[in-house]
Amino acid sequence: MDTAVWLQSGLTAPILLPLTGALLAFVMRRRATPIGLLSVVALLGAVILQVPSLFADGPQRLAIGGWGAPLGVDLYADGLSVAMLLMTAVVGLGISLYAAAYFRDTPARGQAFWPLWLLLLTALNALFLSADIFNLYVTLEILGLSAVALTAIAGGADALVGAMRYLLVSLLGSLAYLLGVALLYHAYGTVDIALLAERIAAEPATWAAMGLMSAGLMLKTALFPLHFWLPPAHASAAAPVSAALSALVVKGSFYLLVRLWIELFGEIAGGVATLLGLLGAAAVLWGSIQALIQTRLKLLIAYSTVAQIGYLFLAFPLAVGTGATAWSGALYLALSHALAKTAMFLVAGNLLRFGGHDRIADLDRVVQRLPLSMAAFALAGVSIMGLPPSGGFIGKWLLLEAALTEGRWGWAIVIILGGVLAATYVFKVVGYAFTQSENPHQAQPVPATMEWVAFALAVAAVLMGLIVSQPLIVLEIGNPFGIQAEVAVQ
Amino acid sequence: MTLDAWVPLLVLCSSLVPGLLIFGLDESRVRLRTTLNLAGALTKLALVGVMLWGVAHGHTYEVRIAFLPGLDLALRAGPLALLFLVLSSLLWLVTTIYAIGYLEGSPHRSRFFGFFSLCVTATVGVAMAADMLTFLLFYEMLTLATYPLVVHRGTEVARRAGQVYLAYTIGGGALMLLGIVWLYTLTGTLEFTPRGFVSELDPSHHPALILIFIFLITGLGVKAALIPLHAWLPMAMVAPAPVSALLHAVAVVKAGAFGIVRVVYEVFGVEFSALLGVTLPLAILAAATIIYGSLRAIFQDDLKRRLAFSTVSQVSYIVLGVAIASPIATVGGLVHLVHQGLMKITLFFCAGNLAETLGIHKVSEMNGVGRRMPWTMVAFTVAAFGMIGAPPVAGFITKWYLGLGALDAGQHWVLVVLAASSLLNAAYFLPILHAAWFREPPATWPEEREFGRRETARALLWPPLITALAAVLAGLFAAMPFSPLEWARFIAEQEFTRP
Repeated sequence: MDTAVWLQSGLTAPILLPLTGALLAFVMRRRATPIGLLSVVALLGAVILQVPSLFADGPQRLAIGGWGAPLGVDLYADGLSVAMLLMTAVVGLGISLYAAAYFRDTPARGQAFWPLWLLLLTALNALFLSADIFNLYVTLEILGLSAVALTAIAGGADALVGAMRYLLVSLLGSLAYLLGVALLYHAYGTVDIALLAERIAAEPATWAAMGLMSAGLMLKTALFPLHFWLPPAHASAAAPVSAALSALVVKGSFYLLVRLWIELFGEIAGGVATLLGLLGAAAVLWGSIQALIQTRLKLLIAYSTVAQIGYLFLAFPLAVGTGATAWSGALYLALSHALAKTAMFLVAGNLLRFGGHDRIADLDRVVQRLPLSMAAFALAGVSIMGLPPSGGFIGKWLLLEAALTEGRWGWAIVIILGGVLAATYVFKVVGYAFTQSENPHQAQPVPATMEWVAFALAVAAVLMGLIVSQPLIVLEIGNPFGIQAEVAVQ
Repeated sequence: MTLDAWVPLLVLCSSLVPGLLIFGLDESRVRLRTTLNLAGALTKLALVGVMLWGVAHGHTYEVRIAFLPGLDLALRAGPLALLFLVLSSLLWLVTTIYAIGYLEGSPHRSRFFGFFSLCVTATVGVAMAADMLTFLLFYEMLTLATYPLVVHRGTEVARRAGQVYLAYTIGGGALMLLGIVWLYTLTGTLEFTPRGFVSELDPSHHPALILIFIFLITGLGVKAALIPLHAWLPMAMVAPAPVSALLHAVAVVKAGAFGIVRVVYEVFGVEFSALLGVTLPLAILAAATIIYGSLRAIFQDDLKRRLAFSTVSQVSYIVLGVAIASPIATVGGLVHLVHQGLMKITLFFCAGNLAETLGIHKVSEMNGVGRRMPWTMVAFTVAAFGMIGAPPVAGFITKWYLGLGALDAGQHWVLVVLAASSLLNAAYFLPILHAAWFREPPATWPEEREFGRRETARALLWPPLITALAAVLAGLFAAMPFSPLEWARFIAEQEFTRP
């Protein structure tokens, strides 16, 4: 009994901690910052505590209140969920520390930020832990709404227009997903993923559900050509919000799509996997080229996200036949992208604060004036372009291995080309950071915390390329990618 | 881990740790920075000395860290690694001394020396990498660590040069990555093995192997400046002189050449490469680069550009020695790794001295400079004669062994290339020497700085003299134990011609 209670609290903590924090921060506005920081630190601790029990007991399922599926609400945690939780907690802590310094001069915005941000973390964590597709819809909706509200915090026309478009897209995406849920529930009488996996069959209702749910999630993940809403929203938000959107929020819907794919749709999808891959490839190339021609840093970083999301979708066709290698590659890429992209957006925030603009050609010797921020940008860039040692390299290596083992040259070339393009746009920024600008500007001081947080996250992205075996082991606990491999064997 | 496993790690750390510390130092902490630099360089040299002794007595120094499933990160110091290690640690020490003198009073020295140390860390990593993956890791790290040195001056020209440098190296690195992953999916291992590890593969894979060879050599050829991948090298001359010296003699160019040695001997195996039919095209490419580089060098008035094209030409001697596929030519190619380093670094030091002391950047401004700066020009002259291949300077040994090897392998055309190259070397070095020693000096130098009775600062004068002396000694005492030549023979026996 004792262990059961402990387990229960262990698995629900990642949801309850930020939720409590959100409520408290909303009620006690003056104390929002310390409450927020405390919740996030506690969250990280709670997630880290999950790892040993995961190693010892394998994946865990928890029926909240004792009502199991198909009636009750189930939580489920395997290596993949815990890896995503860890990513969220680490990046979340970084963003929170940054935000505490960022909003110091604008306390009103800070007070609006904390409850929404903690709510966003709650929704994300619940998404990573939910085991039924209706609950997942609820988390998706909360995630979307809190993200939209956070975007609007920045104020100004750009941010409001971006947020509005984001809101419409987010609602549309959730709606499509919900329709799919309804279809599946109608056809199979359950919303529990595990039960659905046993019952699901290749028939029109399933295909329609797959189409709707995938389309909704693709829209929310901003897969090319449904990415149009991302750059304006991500680029106009406040720096910590941009980071959260690019690093975490899009990963939520991607994670969900991967789960559904592996558990439900993968076997009946047929050519859809290739379609997803092709869109991913187009995203890699289109996003990178768009990033390359941007003149503003935040837009460049946002388009880089479009490209990096494309990489994640390459796993769908590659997983046919190579299973775990392709999925681990994509998820490793997702994890390290979260760290690196956060670092990049935070650096962009620093440069904006420092020079009052983010025009790339006028960066004006920031390499000497904000060396730590530029180092963070460059290190994060190493991971984004996938050079060793970095988490991005490991992800790309695994994807390449999956592609070449099966002799799929087209995918391999896209993977390589995307890396080269990424290097081009990253070094475009780094190059201008060395030169003197024709329009010198008044420099504003940047708080040290804001620089160090970005740097630490970038270093973490690089370290993920040196400490590799442990994260890979965690990812595969509970064999989240195993189903595909078994099918291939059969 | 045993004590022996720690040594390679310490060798890495001896430049990594000072480098990272230096980044954090304030610009004004000159003494502490110099101490860190020199302590790191001396420690590395001592550790490499220990390993040199150990390897000669049959020790192996190896360390592994689990990495991807089925792949380790591994460092191993075998005889071949040590050849490159000794060169880089020795020249790092000399270049550090030179750079301290050269950059005295200029801005952003902490950043400079930080990346300088990272550069050397990457280079020794390239030397000790025990498999292709580890090699790639340090190879790319080298690209990244040299970029800030190339754009160090922060001018528009420097930024462009940096872009060109990256366009070549990143593109090459991407091809290499493709080749390496492909190789791994075929063989399931990437471990460097004497005589290669791919010859057992089914002959149906041979076309794939040829493509992989092309990918790898292209990726490495960028840094080794094989034509047509050499254009970044002359452009990178905007960097400060110590960087040029490091790039050309120790780090970047050598890493490419060294990688080609590894790929031909320890991935494919030289006999198997010859069987695949890839060595002859490589030899022809190297020969073409040798001739082309020399021809271009003749027409450069900018001294550093002339030296850059000379590097394009000279580094391909190493590749040529490898590609002739004879044990004797192997010795010639390997020993040139060291010899070219010693001679070329001398030349760049001297060019830096001329620029710093008298403001001379062009060959046409060098009239009579031998009278104003006799010691610098003595060093320059020695190195230039070495490049031409005149005995007793080290360059002669290289050409001798390359020639013998070519005869041994029945590839007589190589002799023509060697002779033509020597003539061309003479054609672009002798006019400089003639002008420097026998023409009348001008009334005023472009931008003269006074150093009292000495011709230039002490930290600038000693390094080229030391390296020039080393180049002579390497030639004079080529038959002594632990000379570069003997060590190259040792490698050839240990790793390549053993049955």
